Amino acid sequence: MSELAVEKSVYDADAVRAQFPILHREVHGKPLVYLDNAASTQKPQVVIDALDDYYSRLNANVHRGVHRLSQEATDAYEYGRKAVGRLLGVDDDRQIVFTRGTTEAINLVAMSWGMANLGEGDEIVLSGMEHHSNIVPWQLVAQAKGAVIKVLPIGDDGAIVPGAAEDIIGPRTKLLGITHVSNALGTINPVRELADLAHAQGAVVLVDGAQAAPHVAIDVDALGADFYAISGHKIYAPTGIGALYGKAELLEAMPPWQGGGEMIRSVSFEKTTYAPIPAKFEAGTPHIAGAVGLGAAIDWLLDLGLDAVAAHEDALLAYATEQLLALPGVRIIGTAPHKAGVASFVVDGAHPHDIGTFLDMAGVAIRTGHHCAQPVMTHFGIPATARASFAAYNTRSDVDALIKALGRVIEVFAR
Amino acid sequence: MSDLMELYQEVILDHGRRPRNFGPLEGATHHARGYNPLCGDNFTMHLIVNDGVIEKVSFEGEGCAISTASASLLTERMSGAPIAEFQPLFDGVHELVTGGFPDTDVDLGKLEIFVGVGNFPMRVKCATLPWHTCKAALKGEEEATTE
Repeated sequence: MSELAVEKSVYDADAVRAQFPILHREVHGKPLVYLDNAASTQKPQVVIDALDDYYSRLNANVHRGVHRLSQEATDAYEYGRKAVGRLLGVDDDRQIVFTRGTTEAINLVAMSWGMANLGEGDEIVLSGMEHHSNIVPWQLVAQAKGAVIKVLPIGDDGAIVPGAAEDIIGPRTKLLGITHVSNALGTINPVRELADLAHAQGAVVLVDGAQAAPHVAIDVDALGADFYAISGHKIYAPTGIGALYGKAELLEAMPPWQGGGEMIRSVSFEKTTYAPIPAKFEAGTPHIAGAVGLGAAIDWLLDLGLDAVAAHEDALLAYATEQLLALPGVRIIGTAPHKAGVASFVVDGAHPHDIGTFLDMAGVAIRTGHHCAQPVMTHFGIPATARASFAAYNTRSDVDALIKALGRVIEVFAR
Repeated sequence: MSDLMELYQEVILDHGRRPRNFGPLEGATHHARGYNPLCGDNFTMHLIVNDGVIEKVSFEGEGCAISTASASLLTERMSGAPIAEFQPLFDGVHELVTGGFPDTDVDLGKLEIFVGVGNFPMRVKCATLPWHTCKAALKGEEEATTE
């Protein structure tokens, strides 16, 4: 291996970290150790600069005026769409619809595709580890249309029980909704296998990619996803922007779900015709700055290299898991063979919220609670977990700070 | 004393670990469930109320150390107390955990140990959930809310 190649293969987390201004602040007089990345990631300077530049130089409404600013704002906005396409392995970016985030993307599919295509007795198959945002929209459709929700059960390791999908996905299955990576457990699901089973029954496959996008290289065709939903704020971009990938023939056949400006071709009180995709699904003035920031974040992430980031995070997760298990009374929730980015755990005698407060006072930010995945908590018979989740900028010393603070929790509570 | 140690005083840790009056209550006349969906704290309180007096209070369920200790200390304080004492104590605890010592003349007694919650706005509802639950039970409501 040449010297250059060796140099390139070394992932410099400290250099990555240096690009995030917020990681240099203190919390309660302690350096911030941010391990709540599965809830939301911090933003690199390039993304902050992109927002600043947008509002300082480009701000105007998109796809409207003939004036220069409108054209430049439109170009910047559409650049964001192309960036999402690059992230998801999609060439035809008409298939990328901007949304507020994963939640809105799933609601779009439920309300548009679901309401038009689901009927009495049709089955919607979801996994037992779905985030509430991939459960509740389907319940709304199921209630309205008489469809039925079936659940792929999870086992003690937090993976879908082997063989369950073969039994549950059947001729009545119209939609499979599956998370690519579980936010509560870190489990990476075998999306392709499940998608093949669903497609064999003529069903459509929606993948919740909110938690996968920052951790795994994605190719929607290789995964067998007909729809793939992501959130910007989990991949170093602003909040309030996300995207839905949908196969062109599906999106073209779907009715609009929100009406307004931007999504029309012509309007009269007698008849309105709709714009082609993706504009058909983007009623109203969008979060233009968000899309610009998302484009900058994706460029940044792809430049860093998703494989390199994934390898770094895998190593951190392995280190954190080993260190956590070395503490007395700590149990990891979610021990599937394939995991990404998340160490969910409980500590004997210490409630997750008390853990969270102790860690916060040590400058360590983690998530505690049910992680918007109450069925997962019910499955494990626990009210909540503490969750440390990793991003490109985390280091082993972040893990060490977590473990040190947890040692104090155990001293106080596990007596 | 650090903020953290003021929050997690020994009495609170003790009641969090070994809650008093924990379990069902035979002959209970009033019940209510208190649930905080944000954190999962989930308690049911049982009361025997007779002739204007709360004769006995017990609770079941699960929550963090703060909410469990708050429920436990509530049961100790209110068991045997006249109903009329409840609301002033409720108000006093609420003031204590949101801003400091209340200027009312209610004697909070042991409940003053929750003063440390005032430095942790995210934990106020942990301390107040049992009080809201008890209030709901006294009003004959099945569910308490901390909103």
